[in-house]
Amino acid sequence: MTLKNNTEALRSGDRIALAKTISQIEDQTEEGRQVLSALFPYTGQAHMIGITGSPGTGKSTLTARLAREFRNPSVDIQPQRVGILAVDPTSPFSGGAVLGDRVRMRDLAGDEGVYIRSMASRGALGGLSAATDSVAALLDAVGYDVILIETVGAGQDDVEIVRLAHTTIVVAAPDQGDDIQAIKAGILEIADILVLNKADLPGVDRAERALCSALELAGTHRTFNDGSGHHREQAIELHDSRPGWRPPLIKTIALSGEGTVELHQSIAAHRQYLVDGKLWDAKNAARLTSMLEKQLREHLYQNWQNRVDQKAYKRALKSVLSYRVSPYQAAIDLLKQPE
Amino acid sequence: MPEDKIRVLMSKPGLDGHDRGAKVITRALRDAGMEVIYTGLRYTPEMIVEAAVQEDVDVIGLSILSGAHMSLVPRVLQLLKEARLDKIIVFVGGIIPDEDIPELKKSGVSAVYGPGTSTQTVVKDVRELVGSPSA
Repeated sequence: MTLKNNTEALRSGDRIALAKTISQIEDQTEEGRQVLSALFPYTGQAHMIGITGSPGTGKSTLTARLAREFRNPSVDIQPQRVGILAVDPTSPFSGGAVLGDRVRMRDLAGDEGVYIRSMASRGALGGLSAATDSVAALLDAVGYDVILIETVGAGQDDVEIVRLAHTTIVVAAPDQGDDIQAIKAGILEIADILVLNKADLPGVDRAERALCSALELAGTHRTFNDGSGHHREQAIELHDSRPGWRPPLIKTIALSGEGTVELHQSIAAHRQYLVDGKLWDAKNAARLTSMLEKQLREHLYQNWQNRVDQKAYKRALKSVLSYRVSPYQAAIDLLKQPE
Repeated sequence: MPEDKIRVLMSKPGLDGHDRGAKVITRALRDAGMEVIYTGLRYTPEMIVEAAVQEDVDVIGLSILSGAHMSLVPRVLQLLKEARLDKIIVFVGGIIPDEDIPELKKSGVSAVYGPGTSTQTVVKDVRELVGSPSA
């Protein structure tokens, strides 16, 4: 298929073309990059919503419930087209992955307005795969209004989602013992909305108290930087303390659907808050900046790899492996090497 | 690094709840470096083909122990053909009487695995079947 035919097929809603293009993007092919470049002007429309939290808290079930709420809103608003990206971990040993999030999303089958894609993390850290932001952009460009991105869910490290999502939902469940402690310390500060799922289980009151007090400690004044350390001047303040967004705590029972209406309303409120405070654009800017820098890093590394003298590289590696030269010094020497 | 992973949809069509076999094969294919999308129980042929479209899989594995394979499997194959996805390789596992195997294969199933099949056999077959460039 030519690029033009393919982009036309994608824009007109061809799901097989969409599925194949997502694979191209995941496999980081040139074709995938060309399609993304051609469709880039159509991006920037969708509301990207991240769903993260420890394993077993009910992220997939909640994601499915939310998707249904967006499809059939209980309040009087237009149904939205929903894309779901569900990321599961790749085994570091075999490179394979079991992608099981569909098990909880069975009820979404048969709805033309929902597109579900399971993605393996393929070695990326931080709870997403390297291609998740690009695939989200593609779904955005082909007309999905809401994109729900479910992270790996390893716990305290799923912070990449903040760079990608406009709204980040952190899901917790009662009786996770020390997990609540972990949530307090790490992942809680990225929450725009905190969900206490499985609210019918014993221990829910204790968990609610723990989360509430942690939310108060977390405060509302946070800044965001791109993590590279070199661009602190670009740090964008996402949560101004004056108008202030206090992350609400919402209790849900995803299995029965209880609380999903409130969660849906809370997401809408957060969206409004972002738009009113010009933070929506700031979030998009932060995401695009980090995408550009990621591309630069990849291209610079690739360029270097194409140019480097393989013999010199092997020599350098050997001297590191025999503890004669440190990896720090070896890297500097290799980069200095004449072309 | 560009890479081309083999993607497999593992599903249980119909009404039986015996998912041990499907899970063992899912695990074996994962350990062989493939990305396996596991759907869980009680999928209809329509749901299976919809998932196969969205996930862009190379292979579909169907596990059936209910005896309904002669109606469920041909339906999946027919829907794949209608979606112009008949390049996707389909294998079936479970309790399949020997006399049904020729007809299943005639309708487009690439392999049928009964109880006692080694996971290595399945892995090797899937690799070989996909091995011919899928494009």
